[in-house]
Amino acid sequence: MVFSSSQRQDLREGFIANLVVAASVAAYGSVLGLMAAQKGLTWYQLLIMNLSVFAGSAQFVMVDMWLPPLPVVEIILAVLVINMRYLLIGASLNPLFRGTSLGHKFLFMHLVADENWAMTMARFFKQPTSTWFLLGGGLCVQSAWCLGTLIGHRLGAVITNPERYGLDFSFVAVFTALVFSFWKGRQDVLPWIIAAFVAAIAEMIMPGKWYIICGGVAGALTAALYQPEEVTSALG
Amino acid sequence: MPSANVDILVWLTIIGAALVTYSLRVGGLLLAGRLPKTGRFKRFMDALPGTILLSLIVPAAIGAGPIGWVATFFTGLCSLKTGNVFLSMVVGILIVAAGRWIGV
Repeated sequence: MVFSSSQRQDLREGFIANLVVAASVAAYGSVLGLMAAQKGLTWYQLLIMNLSVFAGSAQFVMVDMWLPPLPVVEIILAVLVINMRYLLIGASLNPLFRGTSLGHKFLFMHLVADENWAMTMARFFKQPTSTWFLLGGGLCVQSAWCLGTLIGHRLGAVITNPERYGLDFSFVAVFTALVFSFWKGRQDVLPWIIAAFVAAIAEMIMPGKWYIICGGVAGALTAALYQPEEVTSALG
Repeated sequence: MPSANVDILVWLTIIGAALVTYSLRVGGLLLAGRLPKTGRFKRFMDALPGTILLSLIVPAAIGAGPIGWVATFFTGLCSLKTGNVFLSMVVGILIVAAGRWIGV
């Protein structure tokens, strides 16, 4: 496979853009690795789980439920519910993947995580961005995730209480820093208020990660059904 | 051999979780490509990235307590003023770390 120089550059820029958030991904990974070792998962089982599932919160729930006899069906259902948001995330990537082959889509979509998705979409709104930027970010986050979990599995958690250093907040911080890139103007006011409100309520009354889907869909539905009145001066 | 049975369950669980997650990732992308690209559906899809991201943030920010609210505010403000994602993120983390260190 031959890469063009612009593809290589996007790959590299995607990797670099995700380095900071990858550091906290690794710190969290070490906590997961520690938990996994205590539950009796071997390092290669954990590594294959990282490479194949590659979804932070879902893997935490998997390891949490990891008690003999393994509740196989329950674990898979829990993963399905937690990762349901990837349907929406995948759908939102449609414009980025426009014009790419089916094989390209199948290959590149595997390395989509919350972090590199948000980084890529924020950049895509501002400047031409290819799927290689997404892949570069995915490789960065995946490497940090594997490194962190394996260190945690072997040596114990690098940072046993990430909360103390504000690392749990790093995810909120990076997403907050990115969210304004998605602001398109006045038409977003109502959808965003509805999304925030519904997500906050849903998080209180529903288990798991349903709040992301509820908030995301409610906000986007608002945008679909309601359009603020345009300035009608042209009608004069 | 019981240990071999346990091993099979381990791999079934991991493979099942991986297949489910991968199907959701690819499924979202492929389904969106087959749906209309104008009108209400287009507005729905255009709004989606912003509303998903906001839904990721809001409950976590609320749950982070008063120091988290302050940090979220300044992270957002910094991002709006400077457009620098890295700087804004560092500002937020430092405020939370400092707040917890003082014991707010």
